[in-house]
Amino acid sequence: MASMRDIKRRKVSIESTQQITKAMKLVSTVKLQRAKVRAEQSKMYFKCIYETVNSILARSTAINHRYLKEGTCDKKAVIMITGNKGLAGGYNSNIIKLVTRDSRFTKENTVVYAIGKNGKDTMRRMGYEVKKDYSEMVEEPIYHDASVIAKDLLEAFEAGEIGEIYLAYTFFKNTVSHIPTLLKLLPVDMEASAPDAGDAASKEAEKKDMIPMNFEPADEEALDLIIPKYITSLIFGAMVEAVASENGARMQAMDSATNNAAEMIDKLSLMYNRARQSSITQELTEIIAGADAIN
Amino acid sequence: MAENTFSLKIITPERVFFEGDVEMVEFNTTEGEIGIYKNHVPTTVIVKPGILTITMPEEQKIAALHAGFVEILQDSVTILAEIIEWPGEIDEERAEEAKRRAEERLESKADGLDTLRAEIALRRAITRIQAIK
Repeated sequence: MASMRDIKRRKVSIESTQQITKAMKLVSTVKLQRAKVRAEQSKMYFKCIYETVNSILARSTAINHRYLKEGTCDKKAVIMITGNKGLAGGYNSNIIKLVTRDSRFTKENTVVYAIGKNGKDTMRRMGYEVKKDYSEMVEEPIYHDASVIAKDLLEAFEAGEIGEIYLAYTFFKNTVSHIPTLLKLLPVDMEASAPDAGDAASKEAEKKDMIPMNFEPADEEALDLIIPKYITSLIFGAMVEAVASENGARMQAMDSATNNAAEMIDKLSLMYNRARQSSITQELTEIIAGADAIN
Repeated sequence: MAENTFSLKIITPERVFFEGDVEMVEFNTTEGEIGIYKNHVPTTVIVKPGILTITMPEEQKIAALHAGFVEILQDSVTILAEIIEWPGEIDEERAEEAKRRAEERLESKADGLDTLRAEIALRRAITRIQAIK
């Protein structure tokens, strides 16, 4: 059995770890609440722009636009939204796994646009090309940040450097459930792009009722302007969701760490008391044995 | 009057800016200024910086609308605005300052000047100043 002093030292160290995890949990709870409000507020815009763009595309059939066609280049760009810090359970590694385990993304044909230090470092270590890094934007995303990213990506897309753009982020379903999600941004996929679209039959029926949409300016020009806005808002929405998810994940991770620490402290207290008891017993035995020897 | 109104929704990435039944809405688009009544033909237009005027049965509201696009349907209009503000939210001094700076930059015609950006900045500043007045 370990000595009393060793057990005590361990207990103290675990107690101080527990204090840290407890504090981190409280901090991320507060941050989560703020991020959640933001995510809910921007969800409206997110949803509206999504529906609007979908309805625009559904109403205007047979548009031959460069953003809607496959690019000629087979390079794929992936925007990966991870955290700047670790200690958030599986939050970061889930996003990394989502990309690295997908057979479409090989080291040769993938270009990573990283938002979040953790993802950037890991992907670079694994041998992927990390083209740009927007890590400083993760904590408090603002709309302007998203438009900077969207601009960079669209420029690369137009220059033919990349043929497809994906977005990997963590969807914030609720406080306890966060789903790593991969979304195809470009070329705009009219059939499969809706993550929560209704069944195909109702969609078809809807299509028939629709009055054709007019564009002012002409289709092509309008899409030129709308699609960048659409991409920007998707990126922004994903960033806001990811922040909420990150804090949610960290809160959970720290909560279970605190619980585990409490459990370990209980076990160590028991061990410590046993060790103390046995040392007292031993001392007593020694004294009695000594007294016996004198008599 | 109720039968002449349609629902207007103005949404920004940060919040729902305005939601309600209105009689008419006017704003500036890439094709010029337009005003929309009920039963407009379904159209999608792109916003250009300008004053947005919302006419409701009892009152009229104005705001500075800078960027975004608008989906017009027969009985509803959705403005997806990237930047929009009520006159009360505009800092007049800052707008004047921005206007002066943009004008300076345009006049200087320096090398490598992003003319387009300066022009947009100027237009935004002017819109803001107009909205206050």
